[in-house]
Amino acid sequence: MSTASSGFKLSEWIFTTDHKRIGILYLIGSIAAFSLAGIMALLIRIEQAAPGPTIVSDAYTGGDQYNVWLYFHGAAMILGFLIPGLTGFAANYLLPLMIGAKDVAFPRINALSVWLFWAGIVVALLTFVVPDKPDIMWTGYPPYSITTAGNTALYVFTVHLIGFSSILASVNFLVTIIYMRAPGMGWNQLNMFVWSCFTALIIQLVFVPVLAAAVTLLLFDRYLGTHFFDPANGGDVLLYQNLFWFYSHPAVYVIFLPAMGIFYEIFATMAKNPIFNYKAAVYGGMCFIVLISGEVWVHHLYYSGMPDWLRIGQMVTTLLISIPVGLMTISLFGTLYKGSITFNIPMYYGTAALYLLLIGGLTGIPLAMTVMSVHLGETSFTHAHFHFIMGIFATFSVFAAVDFWFPKISGRMLNPAQGKLGFWLNFIGVNITFWPLFIIGVEGMPRRYWDYSQFPSHFAHYHKVATLGAFIVAIGMVLTISNWIISAIKGEKAPDNPWGSNSLEWTHTATPPGPGNFPKEVTVDADWTPYNYK
Amino acid sequence: MKRAVSALVLTGLGLPAALADAAGAKVAVPDPAASWNHLWHDVLLDLFIIGIIFLAAGLYWVWKYRATRPGQIGTAPKLDKISAIGFAVVPAFLFMADDFYLAAKGWTVWNEYRDVPRNAMEVKVTGSMWSWNFEYDNGVSTTFMVDTKEGDGLVVPVGKPVVLRMTSTDVVHSFFLPDYRVKEDMMPGRVTYLWFNPVKVGETLATCAEFCGNRHSFMWTKVKVVSQADFDTWIAKKKQGA
Repeated sequence: MSTASSGFKLSEWIFTTDHKRIGILYLIGSIAAFSLAGIMALLIRIEQAAPGPTIVSDAYTGGDQYNVWLYFHGAAMILGFLIPGLTGFAANYLLPLMIGAKDVAFPRINALSVWLFWAGIVVALLTFVVPDKPDIMWTGYPPYSITTAGNTALYVFTVHLIGFSSILASVNFLVTIIYMRAPGMGWNQLNMFVWSCFTALIIQLVFVPVLAAAVTLLLFDRYLGTHFFDPANGGDVLLYQNLFWFYSHPAVYVIFLPAMGIFYEIFATMAKNPIFNYKAAVYGGMCFIVLISGEVWVHHLYYSGMPDWLRIGQMVTTLLISIPVGLMTISLFGTLYKGSITFNIPMYYGTAALYLLLIGGLTGIPLAMTVMSVHLGETSFTHAHFHFIMGIFATFSVFAAVDFWFPKISGRMLNPAQGKLGFWLNFIGVNITFWPLFIIGVEGMPRRYWDYSQFPSHFAHYHKVATLGAFIVAIGMVLTISNWIISAIKGEKAPDNPWGSNSLEWTHTATPPGPGNFPKEVTVDADWTPYNYK
Repeated sequence: MKRAVSALVLTGLGLPAALADAAGAKVAVPDPAASWNHLWHDVLLDLFIIGIIFLAAGLYWVWKYRATRPGQIGTAPKLDKISAIGFAVVPAFLFMADDFYLAAKGWTVWNEYRDVPRNAMEVKVTGSMWSWNFEYDNGVSTTFMVDTKEGDGLVVPVGKPVVLRMTSTDVVHSFFLPDYRVKEDMMPGRVTYLWFNPVKVGETLATCAEFCGNRHSFMWTKVKVVSQADFDTWIAKKKQGA
């Protein structure tokens, strides 16, 4: 089936096995999750704008309402938007095109993956329907998740469905990259985005089953009366936290790596330069991250009663992440050196990413240090840190990806004025939101509080500024997403290769690509690379 | 400095701390919160230097290498093998050196955080939905109710290090003392500890830092540092009341 077929038939989309359509289905689902998570974020920010009840009904039940917003915001952003947006939408749409393949290795399993993802979204949405709404954060720590009146099963089943979808997608894409590259395409000729997905999907394949196991034990404890996490009957509370973060820290790289991959593509294309020190970024950066990603989870448990030797040992491994991330950062910055940079919407996001990567990355360093984290952990400093790197950097990468490949996907151009205005509001808004949270975080403002009357009164001023920022972001997001919808329908027709890229999806396919992607089979020469601008 | 010297002298003479206590000599006790603040400034400086170098290079290149005509191609020089290896190995070692510098500094302060002074006063803390209980080694026990804010909270004498042995009766809580730059989780089935040095008389805050349910925002208590005389009076009153 083709993405360029005439007329719209819903059944053609539901039962499609075309990786491009599946990618678009992932995009629609993940943007829906993102929009809902954004509404939750606004509710959270309005509530925090002043101490005491603002929009929650009263002090006694306020926590119940607020905790559902927190739960849904976190779970939807990570499980519903970032991972499916990057390894679902972007990987699906782009990987086969970038390696010169007709489709993925197992198209029907690919369809099953997207169905499972959509099922996961539907189960997550039940949060707003059931009376016992889940209120256990996206982390679901026991014993609270076992003893709460909230519905822990919805959380567990959401993780199961999206997790199973991720495992299938990982196998599918790893096989596709290994076996279906165009004849002549060696590993050192791959797009950075392909490498970033390859490494991210290895991490996903190895670690998602651990999360699935952890939440399944939670389900058993809650509903079947087992005692895995119940110390009164020989279980251990910390066991869950270890299993959870053994997956969830690597999950950060499942998001970070493809996000970096997208910015590499944009930088190389817009600067018309090869990737600076490609092999250092791929082998010293991405592959090193695969190796080290499973040895750092204790930095989430620095103040959780872990043995001291583990807290110190994993402080060292956590700090050492600066080596692969540093090499990737140098490579990203270096790609601009002596370039010839064209500025358009994707490159605006790319330039902002330089700054976001620095702020998000550097504020992670004190949190990597056990003793610093003992004060800063679980405060709004931590909250601002991971929003800069996980929230904003990664979200901007999805936006940049949609903007960059929009002409290829839709055959039309975006409205540049609206896109740029949206960018500026997003960029200014996130800074107004999160810088105040860094500052009061250092002073001790804890995360996940809706009331903070016990703290000095000036905290309220910082929270008000942060809330103002969130509304600026909201306007920016509406402009950005509406630009996609309007331009997809009546945007200006796009030329085949508007950015003058050298990558296969631009040079060898129609816009938008038809069934089977490539009009004739692609082979590449030994000196071909996607970044060989001459 | 004086304290450090006297500590050195005491250790040098091989005097057991207990003896020093018995003799009424003041045992040198570090102030972890002060060490934390000091380290925080060092770390900020470190981050600031790295951040400025990268940000300056990035912004300068973005400005300097903007395309001047359509269809222009970048002119980045091709890296030969030696410089490619150099651009990987040299930064890797620089980053690693900085990592070990920060790790060593962090470990030093961390040891202060975990080595409980021998003259520390022990208080058992139990977190519950929704109260904090403090139990002193002389049998005095006091409870702070989270909903009504009734209770004295944690009362300690000034100048004497305090070690908290902590657990929980229900879910995971965390005892966070923002002014003392320390927190540690409390959970059922395990006893965790932290210690702090109340160097100043006054009232500060202890607040829960691990999500514990719908009263999480209210899960705080007072930490009152009082003079030894006031502390003795408070203990005596509590004993009478009990």
